[in-house]
Amino acid sequence: MGILEVKGVNKRFGGLLALDDVNLSIKENSIHAIIGPNGAGKSTLLNCFIGKLMPDTGTVMFNNKSLLGLKPYEINQTGISRVFQTPEVFADLTVEENVMIPALAHRDGAFHLSALKAMARERDIREQAEKILVDVGLQDDRHQLASAMSRGNKRRLEMAMCLVQKPKLLLLDEPTAGMARADTNNTIELLKVLSDAHEITFVVIEHDMHVVFSLADRISVLSQGHVIVEDHPSNIKGHPKVQEAYLGTTETQ
Amino acid sequence: MLKTLRTNDTALMILFSLIVLAGPLILAPFGAGYPDLMQRFAIYGIFAIGFNILFGLTGYLSFGHAAFLGVGSYSAVWMLKLLSINIVPAIIFAVVVSGLFALLIGYISLRRSGIYFSILTLAFAQMSFNLAYSVLTPITNGENGLQVELDDPRILDSATGPGQLPVPSLFGMDMSSTSVVHFLGMDLQFNVGFYVSALILIAVFYLSLRIFRSPFGMILRAIKSNQTRLNYTGFNSRPYTLTAFVISGMYAGLAGALLVCMDPLAGPERMQWTASGEVVLMTILGGAGTLVGPVLGAGMIKYFENIFSRMNDVMVHDWFSALPGWLNDVLTNVISPFLGSGWQMSLGLIFMLVVIFLPGGLVEGANRIMNRVQRPSKSGPVSGPVDRTTTANSKES
Amino acid sequence: MDAFLLQILNGLDKGSAYALIALGLTLIFGTLGVVNFAHGALFMIGAFCTVVLNSLFTLTKVTISATEKTPWGTPLEIHTPYVQLWFGDIGATMIDYSVFWSLLFAIPVMLIVGVAMERGLIKHFYKRPHADQILVTFGLAIVLQEIIKQIFGANPIPQPAPDAFVGSIDIGAMLGMAQNTVIYPIWRLIYFLFSAIVIGGVFAFLQYTTFGMVVRAGMADRETVGLLGINIDRRFTAMFGLAAVVTGLAGAMYTPILSPNYHMGMDFLVLCFVVVVVGGMGSLTGAVAAGFLLGILESFASMPAVKEFLLGFSIDQVIIYLVAVIILLVRPRGLMGRKGVMET
Repeated sequence: MGILEVKGVNKRFGGLLALDDVNLSIKENSIHAIIGPNGAGKSTLLNCFIGKLMPDTGTVMFNNKSLLGLKPYEINQTGISRVFQTPEVFADLTVEENVMIPALAHRDGAFHLSALKAMARERDIREQAEKILVDVGLQDDRHQLASAMSRGNKRRLEMAMCLVQKPKLLLLDEPTAGMARADTNNTIELLKVLSDAHEITFVVIEHDMHVVFSLADRISVLSQGHVIVEDHPSNIKGHPKVQEAYLGTTETQ
Repeated sequence: MLKTLRTNDTALMILFSLIVLAGPLILAPFGAGYPDLMQRFAIYGIFAIGFNILFGLTGYLSFGHAAFLGVGSYSAVWMLKLLSINIVPAIIFAVVVSGLFALLIGYISLRRSGIYFSILTLAFAQMSFNLAYSVLTPITNGENGLQVELDDPRILDSATGPGQLPVPSLFGMDMSSTSVVHFLGMDLQFNVGFYVSALILIAVFYLSLRIFRSPFGMILRAIKSNQTRLNYTGFNSRPYTLTAFVISGMYAGLAGALLVCMDPLAGPERMQWTASGEVVLMTILGGAGTLVGPVLGAGMIKYFENIFSRMNDVMVHDWFSALPGWLNDVLTNVISPFLGSGWQMSLGLIFMLVVIFLPGGLVEGANRIMNRVQRPSKSGPVSGPVDRTTTANSKES
Repeated sequence: MDAFLLQILNGLDKGSAYALIALGLTLIFGTLGVVNFAHGALFMIGAFCTVVLNSLFTLTKVTISATEKTPWGTPLEIHTPYVQLWFGDIGATMIDYSVFWSLLFAIPVMLIVGVAMERGLIKHFYKRPHADQILVTFGLAIVLQEIIKQIFGANPIPQPAPDAFVGSIDIGAMLGMAQNTVIYPIWRLIYFLFSAIVIGGVFAFLQYTTFGMVVRAGMADRETVGLLGINIDRRFTAMFGLAAVVTGLAGAMYTPILSPNYHMGMDFLVLCFVVVVVGGMGSLTGAVAAGFLLGILESFASMPAVKEFLLGFSIDQVIIYLVAVIILLVRPRGLMGRKGVMET
């Protein structure tokens, strides 16, 4: 039984069947990659995980709890954090504050006024934030505004913001999109280190094969809304169905 | 309580209190040291601080804050009429009523954000204006405005002498009583009403400082910065924005009540859209999202309003009396529409100029100048405007 | 039945004005992505175009009569409008129909005002945050309103309708009902017809011209249209000009119904914002439909029966806001709003 169970998910946009009976079972503490050519339905599937889309049929269970119909903040409170395709950070706040906010949410995601508590147990939260910033290598930039950082560093910051919440599942939507090779390699290294250091399940949506094969424990290949193969990376590489999906050698013998 | 503040904030708090309390001394040389104007400085300062908690922190631009000011005024007058001429119950009642009113309006308006929100708040303010102006005439006395009258019941202290219209007071101290002190050839006017407003101003400034520095304030700033991220971080932003809205509505109600305490009259024009626009202008002129900016902006607007609206074309004509007659006439004709009753026009013009040229307001302008002055002494680029008051310098405590 | 019909008719003229202003507002908002708080000022400027033209037409030449005397014995002054002096009877007719002439006058004026506003100010705010756009147009609204106040004074200036259209017609009798039950001022009917023509014209323009097609595409997806290499800038300006003309004409024609005053712009603008919100931001049909709907609703709310029912409170001043609240609670995007429009 995986931590995230997707069963029989269908999603239709008008005449287009974007997701066709998708079944996934993601094991705890693994790095699971979902790959597929453009338009295979990766983003649609992700949006079904995070409450942005409602599948027509099927279930998405996280720790035996359905995610369907939940609002983004409720999904987060179940223990799922998310990294966006373009890093989403609080641009007008300092790096440290950026990490303190999710730390606050982790402790009490519910609404608290606490206006007069000048950072109640602030030290505690600040320490957590600083520790995570060391983990991702941003400790020297902590008083900078997030908007002043490079894209690669924003990605690191976003990762830190997710990790400080100690999520059970981290969703990464093309974490290296638009990055230079060096930044990409750094990110891969970072993810590896983080996955060793924390007990977190990673779900990576990616089309960059280099990233996927250097990271993933397990890969699902999505094509035309359908999971065509799910296997260990070494078995995926030469798989005829995968080559067919990517290279379009549709001539069937 | 002060112990929990950071050192810089304590310094700011002390400096702020000193400047406010020394108001009559500081303002007298500018010809602004008389009670009526100083009271308005303090009261509109409170109004703007409250508005800034909503707009400066969350970025939600409300165009209807005058409605809360008006509701506060009306509630306060009713309290003065029904219960006691003492201002304490009036102020408390006004803050509570405007808070409830803000809760109602905020609950509906905050279902949407951005432009939608601005439009909705503007519409609600206009609705409140219409309610006060005509629909609810029995409560608001319509166009004429609501005021304290001789035959008011005033359950607690109806004993005021006959034929004597009572003046709002704080446990016997008349708001209007003023003691004049001669100092360095100036008449310094120390007025009870001003000091009541000033003490409240200091208190609410302290409260806003605490809000800015609290986790609550940090989350409000995160809402302004990136609401999507905040939602995916596990926060439901609606209760936070609603709380900010209600708090700022209560600030406005407090300001409205104080206006009534100084002059026990409430009219519908206090709720008009231009009044809502004025507090927006005060806040952005001073610097939205900064701590002292709104107070500064409120002071400047009220000061210029006072100066501009007292001028007339005869005075302008006198200024240019040295110039040839035709030039004098031309200048007078150009300038006079902005003066006297034309103050509104100047207000609109200042509004546009600030938005176009100084969107960060005076505080950011000052910071920019400071940076430019300091830059040559430093090597390398200055890293971003981290030294804004909002982003809390002195984090290293 | 007749009372019902009467209220619908009564709502039509205000509804027409709402619909026209909201249409212009939505055009600007949909294409340019800017909420124009100075839009009400355009309505007001249009109305004052009529005032200006009317006072130009009625500029009089004063001659002193050689024979006639006033009751006080002084020579009688004869005021003859120049127009009449120059054109004779045609001139007299011109004065009578000055409202229609003012439409011709208002078109170029509004076009100039609109283009100047877009080129001079709003253009520079496309890339700025929405809050800045709101604030700067808000400031502009105050300035324009105050300029009008300085020039024309604070009092409303009544404008006559052409003689032929003064008075009322008995619509009830025309429809075969009892006489004198549904009596309706002619000018209001004219206004409704006029607005129907303008609205139809705008929709036809958007539907059947290439320009309109690009605009509609732009309203659906601004970025993509920009990427197609179409010169969006020029079209934006033209669109703003068009919206200004539509709104200005609405104001010019409205003058016999409501005497122009300096605050009419903001009065109408706030209501039209509500109309746009109820109709659904960015939806042209929504704006028009909601305009008429709320206009008619307002007229129903002013019925004595309603006032009696509400224990003497007349809610016609606030009914629009109340309806807006209900609609927002039930359908947050408005009647015809699309997902994703101005959600941030």
